[in-house]
Parts: sequence; C-alpha cells; structure tokens
Amino acid sequence: MKRETLTALNAARSQGRAVVRAVDLATGDEKLIDPYADTSKLGIAAAQAARADQSANVEVDGRSWFLEVYNPPLDLVIIGAVHIAQPLSQMAALTGYGVRIIDPRTAFATPERFPGIALSHDWADEALAKAPLGPRSAIVLLTHDPKLDDPALIAALRSTCFYIGALGSKKTQAARQARMRAEGFGDNELARIRGPVGLDIGARSPAEIAVSILAEMTQILRGPKQ
Amino acid sequence: MTAIEQDVLTTAANWLGAGRKVALGTVVETWGSSPRPAGSQIAIRDDGAFVGSVSGGCVEGAVIEDALNAMKDGKIRKLEFGVSDEQAWSVGLACGGRIEVFVEPLV
Repeated sequence: MKRETLTALNAARSQGRAVVRAVDLATGDEKLIDPYADTSKLGIAAAQAARADQSANVEVDGRSWFLEVYNPPLDLVIIGAVHIAQPLSQMAALTGYGVRIIDPRTAFATPERFPGIALSHDWADEALAKAPLGPRSAIVLLTHDPKLDDPALIAALRSTCFYIGALGSKKTQAARQARMRAEGFGDNELARIRGPVGLDIGARSPAEIAVSILAEMTQILRGPKQ
Repeated sequence: MTAIEQDVLTTAANWLGAGRKVALGTVVETWGSSPRPAGSQIAIRDDGAFVGSVSGGCVEGAVIEDALNAMKDGKIRKLEFGVSDEQAWSVGLACGGRIEVFVEPLV
C-alpha cells in the first residue's frame, strides 16, 4: 500500500464515508474506489461488496482484484442516559459502533457519566431528524417514559434501521404496541420492536442487561451460524 | 469512539509519521472454519510490534516474520496457512480452516 493511499483511506474513514480499496494481489497495484459514485464495472463490484459489508475477490475484464471494504462504523442510538446506557455505550463502542445518546434531561446526559460518547439534549424526534437512522443503525429505548421513548420509536419504525430494542416488561410492551397501533403502525412494523429487550440470559445488573442487548443486536445484524 | 480498541490503519499511519517502517497483512481468502473473515488486517512495525489480527493468534508470528522481510526487500507476499501439522514445526490453524494472507510493505 502506498502512503498516499493510506492517508486518503484514513481521511475517508474519519469523515464516515464508505471506501473500497481494490488490490491486484499479483502485482500490489491498488485503486481507491468511492463505491457509491464509481460507475465502472469495478466500481459496481465495489458497491456490491460494500453493501454486503464483505471484502471479496472479484474478476473484472480478465483481471483479478481483492476488494477491501471499509464501511463507516455501525450506528447505535440510545434513548435515555440511564444507568444501563453507561455500560451499553462503552461495550457498543468496543464492538465497533459509533454511539450517540439522546436525552433532553441535562442532569442525566453528562460527559462525566458518559466519557467520550456523543450526547444530545434535543428531543428524540428533532435529534433523529438531524441525523437520521439508516440500515447500519440500531436504536435502544431505555427511558420507560412514553413522552421520551415514543417519538424515537415512531422515527425508528419509519426508518430502515436493523434493530429496535425497547426496555420494559411484557405489560409495558403491550401498552407500547397499543400506542403505536393508534399511530397507524401494523403487525409487521410492530414485530420489529424487540421487547422485553435483549436475549434472555437472566441478566440482572445494568452491565449484564447491556450484554444481553448487544448480543441480540449482533444476532439480528449477523444472523445465527448455520 | 473508544481508544481501547486500537484502529489498525490509524496506528499504521501514526507509525509511518514517526519515521518507522510498516507492513500490512490482510486476510484475502478463507476456506472452511477460520477465525477472522476476509479483510481482517494486522499492521506490523519494523521492531515487530503489531496491532490487529489475521487469525486467533495461530499464525501471527509467521506473518510478522514475513512482514519484516517485506519491509527489507519492498516486495509483496502471499502466505497460505492450513491445518497445523503436529509432526513438523510448521504454523497452522488448529480450527481446521485454511487462510491466505497478503503481506505488503507500506511504501
């Protein structure tokens, strides 16, 4: 790899742009590709690899290339700067997520409680309008408070995010589903809400609950092993 | 973002910036059960320090050795690792998979 390539690659990654490096493994020749702008055959193959989030070998016009995919980090939005959010934000950052916490209660969402994590004091619908959820986004609702959770849930159900988790007992979930039905959402949409949140591993402490949530997010993202 | 998980390419750039030589190893093909998918990377510094991984720790030693050679001669290499052979001193993967690692100096 050339130094210039490494510099350009790191610049794209720090700006949150997807980038693919095509390498000819026989010669070491390389090309940096913007997968969603390059309309050449190699560019189209790069876009496929980026969408699948999988580096792969391809042959284009009789030449073999290894396509190295550098996607931006996964996105985790946590609604509610509560106790569970503290270990969940740290564990998710370790797992490769860019984490943002949304909570208009300024006493909860403080840098002291969440060192190094992006905090927003906007209401969830405003925050999610500014930085929308995409196919690489997960959202976890932790406040128990419909006033705070519901606007985020509505935005999540209208988005293509891959995971929606909502804290609360079965009774809380039923009430939540009824409110979303009143908003006009149907069975298929409501089935996207994971609640009670997380895999059932008997988690008790906030950190254990964070493990169960992160495990469920991973399972939905990658799918269980065949 | 966290500073706990060291980013391979950022670390490689920092090493280069400090005037060190650096090589990269990238998993470019996997067969069967293998610990890290294609695209997994390791960056190696000229004193043998490294960040990242291409396996569960089974073949990193051999990749580092080849990376040090790549820094010296400036040439790329392709290394293939298969099931470990307990009879010989060869490195291999205990998991039973096979991987191919592309080693390239940063030039």
